[in-house]
Amino acid sequence: MSITKTVPKIRRKVLIGNYAVAEAVKLARAQVIAAYPITPQTLIVEKLAEMVEKGELNAKFIRIESEHSALAAVLGAAAGGARAFTATSSHGLLYMYEVVWWAANARLPMVMAIVTRSIAPPWNIHSDHNDLLSIRDSGWIISMAENVQEAFDLTLQGFKISEDERVLLPFAVGLDAFQLSHTAEVVDIPDQRVVDEWLPPRNPYIPYVVEPGQKFTVGNMGPDEYTMELRWHMYEATERAKRVIKEVDKDYAKISGRSYGGLVEYYKTSDAKYIVVIMGAWSGDAKEAVDKLRDEGIPIGLLRLRFIRPFPLEELREVANGAKAFIVIDRAMSMGYQGILGIEVSATVNDLVQIRNVIAGLGGVDVSIDDFYKIFKKHIDSIEKGEIIKPISIDWYLPWFKNRAQSNRY
Amino acid sequence: MRRDSQFLKFLNLLLAKPCVGSVGKTGLWRTFKPIYHRDKCIKCLLCWLYCPENSIDVNENKTITIDYDYCKGCGICASVCPRKAIEMVVEGE
Repeated sequence: MSITKTVPKIRRKVLIGNYAVAEAVKLARAQVIAAYPITPQTLIVEKLAEMVEKGELNAKFIRIESEHSALAAVLGAAAGGARAFTATSSHGLLYMYEVVWWAANARLPMVMAIVTRSIAPPWNIHSDHNDLLSIRDSGWIISMAENVQEAFDLTLQGFKISEDERVLLPFAVGLDAFQLSHTAEVVDIPDQRVVDEWLPPRNPYIPYVVEPGQKFTVGNMGPDEYTMELRWHMYEATERAKRVIKEVDKDYAKISGRSYGGLVEYYKTSDAKYIVVIMGAWSGDAKEAVDKLRDEGIPIGLLRLRFIRPFPLEELREVANGAKAFIVIDRAMSMGYQGILGIEVSATVNDLVQIRNVIAGLGGVDVSIDDFYKIFKKHIDSIEKGEIIKPISIDWYLPWFKNRAQSNRY
Repeated sequence: MRRDSQFLKFLNLLLAKPCVGSVGKTGLWRTFKPIYHRDKCIKCLLCWLYCPENSIDVNENKTITIDYDYCKGCGICASVCPRKAIEMVVEGE
């Protein structure tokens, strides 16, 4: 991330991730918010409800009976030309799954915060990424924050990217349960007037508006070819979105002073032979483990995925060109195959580098800097020895497992 | 429908406006065909009211004309007719 000094008025606040997202939605002047509470997301919409109640945010807040209806209401609002927002987690997201696809296929701009949380059973409110990645193929733009500031920035940028006529796809902001959602960090907030200029009110006529006196339906039955053609247009939009994301990132630097560089963040990758691929809040810990290994003279770097869709294909291949191996750290598992990022990264750079896929931190299991250090070291040692694991390498990181399996609690 | 962007013309595939037969001549789906007997008709227009496909046109003298391009042959008109002035026959016979 690069930081510029000369930016207009910035307020500095200490905010938990959820409140930071709410602040961003307020600054974006969202007009309709519909949501159903679910831990760990609830505080986002609770805060927004408070803002509406106090008159700080001029929006319609719709209290609704389920997540399915919440996203349906947001979809309706977006079709009515409004700037709309919702937030959810885990089971809530799964419950709204049908409408997730409707929103994307209807090409309606909106922003949804997804506070990643594992899926039951067992009942668990801590973070893993399987819920977020369940919408991977739907056509949503999917981003993932590393820290509270980035969750704030992505939310604000999300409206601009989603509403861009070259994109017109809904936008998901991922942030890890508790590690970000309930953790207070310092957040720099741009001035409302500056944001207003940067993000003007939504043009309701792009892509289309449902309004009285206009006779048309969205998504009526049509020839099969219509469906396929519209999917092709969506694909083209996701390709264009790569450019729009970078543009918006640069443009945002003018009002915030921060630029993340686009779809990925490079951390010490320029001369690295070993590349860690990771996303989300624990990237910070992984970076510290990378630093430790760097101190020992090991040429290791880290590539943090900021966006999963569109997928940073070019960026990964560029980094893979000079590298020997990728260690892909996954907090999401595709049962029957490998970690989801493992699959994505393998498909992208398998011909250029060896890939080690590590499954860790499912159900929110804490993975410390030491854990990352051990994981990286183990695989680097193995690769240095010339070991090649084919066709795929999956390493489940369960350091406590042996003790449990031998204890009488099994 | 106002749309501010020429670029988004493809959305016409997504947005359906009311028009005749947007998915083609659905009359081809028909198995039974309604035959109208003008001599039995009392011009109550129940058939016109009930036709779910809007395939019955009312003439100036309140008799009807069935639009066979779009009539799917559901038989509702024949069923609601109090004078059995509409008869369903197997298509093609």
